[in-house]
Amino acid sequence: MIQGMLTIALTFYGISICISVIRIIIGPSLPDRIVALDMVGVTLVSSIAIISVMLTTTAFLEVILILAILAFISTIAFSKYIERGVILEYRRDD
Amino acid sequence: MNIDATIEFIAALFMLAGSIMALISAIGIIRLPDVFTRSHAGTKSSTLAVLLTLLGAFIYFASNQGFYSVRLLLGIAFVFLTAPVAGHLITRAAYRANVKMADTTVEDELKEVTDKVKEEAEKERSETGEVIIEDEKKADKEHSE
Repeated sequence: MIQGMLTIALTFYGISICISVIRIIIGPSLPDRIVALDMVGVTLVSSIAIISVMLTTTAFLEVILILAILAFISTIAFSKYIERGVILEYRRDD
Repeated sequence: MNIDATIEFIAALFMLAGSIMALISAIGIIRLPDVFTRSHAGTKSSTLAVLLTLLGAFIYFASNQGFYSVRLLLGIAFVFLTAPVAGHLITRAAYRANVKMADTTVEDELKEVTDKVKEEAEKERSETGEVIIEDEKKADKEHSE
């Protein structure tokens, strides 16, 4: 019963990742693609949680944190790139 | 059906609800007309999906193995804090990059304000007659943010 529910949930997550990939491919502008990429990252986080429940192991729980941080940082970097054209700024405030 | 099985069933129900929420947000991301509405679907509802799923995993591990995972709670807190911030930043960048809005957009209040500020800056510059080189202009813009 519980295994079946988890399998259905994992299938739904796979379908939503596929739809996001379609948006990444056809997205007319760069921000569209980045919103979809961010969503793929967040969806991967939750599917890894489900996989670790299915295998009843706690070994994958670090991956959740790392993936969440990576998705956040990459979205920030992309939005800075869209806004200014550079990712790292060397100009000082003074 | 003893109490442990019930709690595990509730945890699996949480995870199923989260996956349905992710599916709804994926439908939103493919159907909605422009990047602003799409970011609405892609950040808000998928944040809720991740919260429900991680909460379900936390409950499952707590009941099945007696393991209260701090990492899952940290993941919940982190996603809850960062996903709206990332959505806001990417929407702001899209607005600054003049991404076209949908044809059904009724109102753009920010455009009026930015037009006014730009106009005032133009007037001031033409009054004082000063010549601003490109680099300083950029620095001014960054300060005013």
